[in-house]
Amino acid sequence: MSKETNRRDFLGMSFAAVAAVGGGYSLVGMKQAWDPLPSVLAAGFTTIDLAKAELKPGIPKTFTWRGKPIFVLEKTSKMENWDGDLIIGDKRYTVVVGLCTHLGCIPAWKTDVWKCACHGGEFNPNGQQTFGPPPKPFVVPPFSVSGTVLTLGEEGEQSKAMMTARA
Amino acid sequence: MAEIKESFFSAEGLEKRLNGKKFWKTMMTEYWIPKDINFLWAMGVVLATTFMILIVSGIFLLMYYKPDTALAFDSVNYTIMQDVAYGWLFRHMHGVAASVIFLIIYIHMFTGIYYGSYKKGREMIWISGMLLFVTFSAAGFSGYMLPWGQMSYWAAAVITNLFAGGSLEAYGLVEWIRGGFAVGDATLTRFFMLHVFLLPIVIIKLIVVHFYTLRIPHVNNQSAEDIDYDAEAEKYLAGNKKESKVIPFWPVFLSKDFAVLGLFFIFYFYLVFFNYNFAMDPVNFDPANPMVTPAHIYPEWYFLWSYETLRGPFFDMFGMKAGDIGLMIFGLAQGIFVVFPFLDRDPDILPAHKRPKFFIWFWLLIIDLLVLSIYGKLPPTGANAWVGFYATAAFLLLWASLPFITKSDAKARGAL
Repeated sequence: MSKETNRRDFLGMSFAAVAAVGGGYSLVGMKQAWDPLPSVLAAGFTTIDLAKAELKPGIPKTFTWRGKPIFVLEKTSKMENWDGDLIIGDKRYTVVVGLCTHLGCIPAWKTDVWKCACHGGEFNPNGQQTFGPPPKPFVVPPFSVSGTVLTLGEEGEQSKAMMTARA
Repeated sequence: MAEIKESFFSAEGLEKRLNGKKFWKTMMTEYWIPKDINFLWAMGVVLATTFMILIVSGIFLLMYYKPDTALAFDSVNYTIMQDVAYGWLFRHMHGVAASVIFLIIYIHMFTGIYYGSYKKGREMIWISGMLLFVTFSAAGFSGYMLPWGQMSYWAAAVITNLFAGGSLEAYGLVEWIRGGFAVGDATLTRFFMLHVFLLPIVIIKLIVVHFYTLRIPHVNNQSAEDIDYDAEAEKYLAGNKKESKVIPFWPVFLSKDFAVLGLFFIFYFYLVFFNYNFAMDPVNFDPANPMVTPAHIYPEWYFLWSYETLRGPFFDMFGMKAGDIGLMIFGLAQGIFVVFPFLDRDPDILPAHKRPKFFIWFWLLIIDLLVLSIYGKLPPTGANAWVGFYATAAFLLLWASLPFITKSDAKARGAL
């Protein structure tokens, strides 16, 4: 502080310091009030037991995880094998977030392909885009595997590998 | 303070305490407006009035609306629409006014652009006006979510998803905005708060700022003449009303505004009573369902042009992803109008018809915005995607060329 600093300057600067600290903490608090609630975060994990899910080969089933549809398809022997498959025992699965990578619509399964009603995008049983505007394959949700049980929301080796195969 | 002896309960006493006559004079009878204007100068008052309609109709809707994902849809479509006396009227008034106010905002904006009312002293008017536009857009978007129909839900999903930065899985900003992994109850309640409290307060404050910024540089006029307001006001007050180039805001200017306002209300209530459907998308009469996407998602008409700049670049270019380029252009489209006064390099204030190249630029921009709006509503497939692409490219080119075009006009006139 210079010699010219008088009491009023000191008061002003003290107030600025108090206001800055208080304002900073308030902003942090307000930011956190907007964060997803603990209950919402806790509900962000979904388990799917593939052995009990009554999947029919060749017909995908839709699960819900974090408000998003998850497509689980048990592949038939006629469908091509791919590095991006989830392999459990002798079975191969496609596990993807069921949102078109174009604008986020939910495609529907037609015989052997996912078709998006919004803008005509198509995805093969691997979840790779084969027609229309989608820029990339379906996204793989993070999940871990123990036995036949998938825990969605928990990053695991398999889901990482499946993501890499799609990159 | 000089002690006031006159009774509080007398007109004279109140006047002594509040100085109302001086206030009225400053704000009304001696607030000078140029004579050389046309009906387009009435849009400010039309906007202020439409905003009042939104507040009043909003208050009535607020008394029965329930910001809860389980109750919202029925509180609007059953309670308000069928049970509350005139509830349907308040809803249609609110929805139609919200749509029409953007039409008037666009007219107001392009009047300003045409007559050069944004430069050389009027920059703050322009900037505060653009802030109002952005806040109104936020209010429109947050309000559209409240009926919790399919279009409410999916518009909210698509627009909040913009903050995911292109990837559908990025944890962070988008979840923070939504208060959850998907658009849900927390999202509805916080956007309800924004729509009925925070944004209206900000809008009211910005309107005050907007009026204030206008006071010092005064209203522009049809020929953009630089008027000596003190001299012209003196003439008017001396009785030379014919000679004077100005008129008082009240009662002279407002009387004409009220005439325009009357015509506007006839048009507005015609829409409210006979043609409200354009503001009531049928898709939004299906309750929100996160597991079913509507076949085609589009925003309200006033967002279509900027929505189309988002979709315009549909293939990867310059080593960047199509979605990211679209996001960048979309961001630019939101902000570019704010810096208009600084992109215009012409030192003179002149209406567009006296700036030949700018005149062409002005109408090209309007045409381009119309094309973007039309194709923003159509599905982006086949030829539509290419029209959207070229219209988006034209949008960027127009803005990039603005400094050169305005400079070239000034050179041809000998002003530079």
